[in-house]
Amino acid sequence: MLYIKCPYCGLRAQKEFSYGGDATVKRPNINEEVSSKDWDNFVYMRKSPRGKHVELWQHIAGCRQWIKVQRDTATHEIFQTAKVTEEIR
Amino acid sequence: MSQPFRLNKEGLINRNKKISFTFNGKKLFGYEGDTIASALIANGIHLVGRSFKYHRPRGFFGAGAEEPNAKLQVEFNGHSEPNVNATEMELVEGLSATSQNCWPSVNFDIGAINNFLKMFFPAGFYYKTFMWPKSFWYKIYEPFIRKAAGLGVASLEKDKERYEHKFEYCDLLVTGSGPSGLASAYAAAKNGAKVILAEDKPRFGGTLLSDDVSIDNLSGKDWAEKIVSELKSMPNVTVKNRSQVFGYYDHNMLVMFERVSDHLEKKSKFTPRQRLWYIRAKETILSTGSIERPIVFGNNDTPGIFLSAAAKEYMKVYGVLVGKKPLIFTNNDSAYETALDFKKNNVEPIILDTREEHSSELIDEAKSKGIDIRFSHGVIVANGYKKVKSAKIGKLTKDKNSFEKMETIECDCICVSGFWTPSVHLASQSGNKLKYEEKIDAFIPDKKKQQETSVGASNGSFTLEESLKHGFENGSNLSAKITETKTEISIPNVNEKKYGAHDKFWCMPLPKNENPKRFVDFQNDVSVSDIEIALREGYRSIEHVKRYTTLGMATDQGRTSNLNGLQLVSNIENKIVPEVGHTTFRPPFTPITIGTIVGREVGMEYMPTRKTPMHKWHKKNNAVFVDAGAWKRPRYYKQGNETLFEASKREAKNVRENVGICDVTTLGKIDIKGPDAAEFLNRVYTNAWMKLPVGKARYGLMLREDGIVMDDGTTTRISENHYHMTTTTAQAGNVLSHLEYYLQIVWPELNVNVVSTTEQWAGAAIAGPKSRDMLSKLYPDLDVSNDALPFMGYKEADFFGVQSRIFRISFSGELAFEINVKSDHGIFMWEKMMEIGKEFGNQPYGTEALSTLRIEMGHVAGPELDGRTIPLDVSLNGLVSKKKDFIGKNSLGREAFNIESRQKIVGLIPIDRKSSIPEGSHIVQDQNAKLPIPKLGHVSSSCWSVENNNPFSLAIMKDGKNMIGKKFFAVSPLKNKSIEVEVISSHYVDPEGKRVRS
Repeated sequence: MLYIKCPYCGLRAQKEFSYGGDATVKRPNINEEVSSKDWDNFVYMRKSPRGKHVELWQHIAGCRQWIKVQRDTATHEIFQTAKVTEEIR
Repeated sequence: MSQPFRLNKEGLINRNKKISFTFNGKKLFGYEGDTIASALIANGIHLVGRSFKYHRPRGFFGAGAEEPNAKLQVEFNGHSEPNVNATEMELVEGLSATSQNCWPSVNFDIGAINNFLKMFFPAGFYYKTFMWPKSFWYKIYEPFIRKAAGLGVASLEKDKERYEHKFEYCDLLVTGSGPSGLASAYAAAKNGAKVILAEDKPRFGGTLLSDDVSIDNLSGKDWAEKIVSELKSMPNVTVKNRSQVFGYYDHNMLVMFERVSDHLEKKSKFTPRQRLWYIRAKETILSTGSIERPIVFGNNDTPGIFLSAAAKEYMKVYGVLVGKKPLIFTNNDSAYETALDFKKNNVEPIILDTREEHSSELIDEAKSKGIDIRFSHGVIVANGYKKVKSAKIGKLTKDKNSFEKMETIECDCICVSGFWTPSVHLASQSGNKLKYEEKIDAFIPDKKKQQETSVGASNGSFTLEESLKHGFENGSNLSAKITETKTEISIPNVNEKKYGAHDKFWCMPLPKNENPKRFVDFQNDVSVSDIEIALREGYRSIEHVKRYTTLGMATDQGRTSNLNGLQLVSNIENKIVPEVGHTTFRPPFTPITIGTIVGREVGMEYMPTRKTPMHKWHKKNNAVFVDAGAWKRPRYYKQGNETLFEASKREAKNVRENVGICDVTTLGKIDIKGPDAAEFLNRVYTNAWMKLPVGKARYGLMLREDGIVMDDGTTTRISENHYHMTTTTAQAGNVLSHLEYYLQIVWPELNVNVVSTTEQWAGAAIAGPKSRDMLSKLYPDLDVSNDALPFMGYKEADFFGVQSRIFRISFSGELAFEINVKSDHGIFMWEKMMEIGKEFGNQPYGTEALSTLRIEMGHVAGPELDGRTIPLDVSLNGLVSKKKDFIGKNSLGREAFNIESRQKIVGLIPIDRKSSIPEGSHIVQDQNAKLPIPKLGHVSSSCWSVENNNPFSLAIMKDGKNMIGKKFFAVSPLKNKSIEVEVISSHYVDPEGKRVRS
């Protein structure tokens, strides 16, 4: 039961959010030529790191904004949260 | 009705209120404030259960949550509950308790034969014995083991009690109201912090209730009472008894189990039985105390053998003697206090101390009171089957591996103390890696991962002075960080007895040629020899030893057995305990009821119910509802004795012949606004959207990035920059999140906003050849001709004074319109339609008829768009643009998606034109082929075609289009049916789509 700080709403219970996967994946631009390999990497290939992971969550029962969360996948510690337009380092 | 073991004065029970109850059918009584255990012991009853594996007689061992034996089936307040801890359950009038795991009775248990066959039941017995023959497992072994090893019996009746969940936030949560917990809560409260103090037992004070101490010249009990009443008076403090914090989860979320009314004889209708608290605490003080551990000796599970502190608690709290001829068997000073309390109540104890003769404050006091103390002594084996009658004791040699002499002495109880184990469960759950503390031979918390601090005995400090000091300091410092206020508190003067050093001695050796069972884990019947076997057979990791022997795996989580088990393993392995390590502590600390976990989310409250504005009308008109997600949708409107099949046929037929109306409010609706809305739709849908004029609707198909169809629906251009999207009922939420994802993350440059309007609009579809006639009556001033309102047209118009939207779209394949009005006017619209539709033969139709209509038209829905199909599979490739890019387009080029023989949607009709084809049937060439029969496809949707008056199904089938005209079998092992079918086109009715355009 994580406690996630929505950059728009503040600290909220995990119940209000839904998980959205790796936040570092970039979709190829629309109308851009992409190799099959790059496309497959975008659609299917994900790392499953033990430790720090920047991921997307949506504040689905709140402001409905997608946000970035930097979380330790082993301990669930959350180091930082940010708007999707912001960088997490 | 005298109680032979009840003391005249001692105890905190209310002697003015007698409570009657039954145990195994026998009528007994106790007092208010008794537990089942204390009342039974007062009545001289010790045999309460049979052990798990050997069915050995078992009695009480502890006085609280540590109890491994006394689990009873208890009936009270009209329900029956298994595995109730007799040492925790408070006595209530009319309660009836029975022993578990025995047949025919606890006094004569047939299963006890296992005790005499024990050489055949060693560690790993189940693993070794029940492996072969494999086929015996389900029918013979498993049911037998379940019956023989059963704990209590779960009730089959519906639980009528009310359970609640509560969410709470605080600055400081204090778990346990012993001296250190009280001190912490008090200091934090004085600093103005929001404090929750939780105590598992009914009474606050912990060990202060039974220890002979004084604080500021008050007895421990009086001091605790004073502090608690002051805390209760403070508005920033919540004080809860009968409340156990049982789990420590991520980000300082703790979960507490409150027994609200189990102790009440009468309660109001809305008082919950139990309550689950989710507490998010900024800081947590773990003041969970410690549990005494036993010393292992022969037949140490015989009824009448107690932990020494439990015996003291029974005297001091309940005024009950656990025996009148006690043997006290100890390796430390704390058991001397129990001995002194016996003496105070005119009972003569004998102390057997494993240590050599020496002196300490308590030993000297015991000596001066004339108590018989025998140093270097211990109990070798307890005698007596259903109750201790005597004990063979021995004088230990200097190395403590053998005996100088042995004798047998009479006794009726043995109070054993092997020193103290801090309760580190919550700390460990929080992620704290424990460390082994040599000084106390036990684990204590080490580096913290979360905001938790252990104080007092749970941190390994066993003196009152230290516990109070720890409590006050930590409570004050932790809360001051949060409240930024610090109130000075003077630490009170303490008067307590000083303990000498304990003996590092855990297990009595056995004399030659004697081999009684020496139990380490009582609840799971794990003995010293079982652990020896496990190690002999090569199990080394303590986690493996645990699983092989089941040590510490019972519902008591090995509270009294873990450390003794570790000591044994480390002795045999010649390692030190920290090298052996400890097993993982997991929540809950003690078992909690399923009802509490579920809370109020049962029956209708299991999830929210969504009803359309027309729901009441449907109900009044005999609608039979079906769940569509959280929605309730009319499945059919029952007339007379109609079955589902008859009613849906009638309703569908009426749509094909006349006109029907259907509540389509549940469809997902999303408002899309902004100058880039068209461009956005163009990227989201597979087909082209840039040229859709205002006032027109279009059917659209959206994919996931992997090319699989995600959803379909119509979207209408309401005005220049305003679109109204509809989704399927089931996917409404997912589609909205999907759109938000792309707008917020992938294409933030698009100036578009989306919002769900599902609940803002009530919708009704009017379908059938007479729908236009009916529409013209509903809109007398509007031109509804095919030219003015063509297929996929849209108009806004006044509906008897109410604003409305008219979409000419069709799911049924008939000439059809969909009317939307604001939700509040939904019922008005519906009733008006029923009234005006009469002359056209209008009837409402439900989802079953709706399905029939769309299936025979070959329109796809959820069963076809099942997360495995691409547009080509469901013959919607015409909607896939080759010119533009869209979500998922790149994936459509994948090799597997372009194989000629790929699955396609087809229609199926039974050869006999009578047998309906079960949904989910497999399509096979030869039903008698050798297993596994190659599967060619599956039946996705089935109906009775009202147009052709025979069954018809849609199927997804390999190389489907080339199979048309061929015969196969649709096999449903589930329904035990095999039907010969012919493959036809998926468009069974009106394949040219003339009707929708008429």
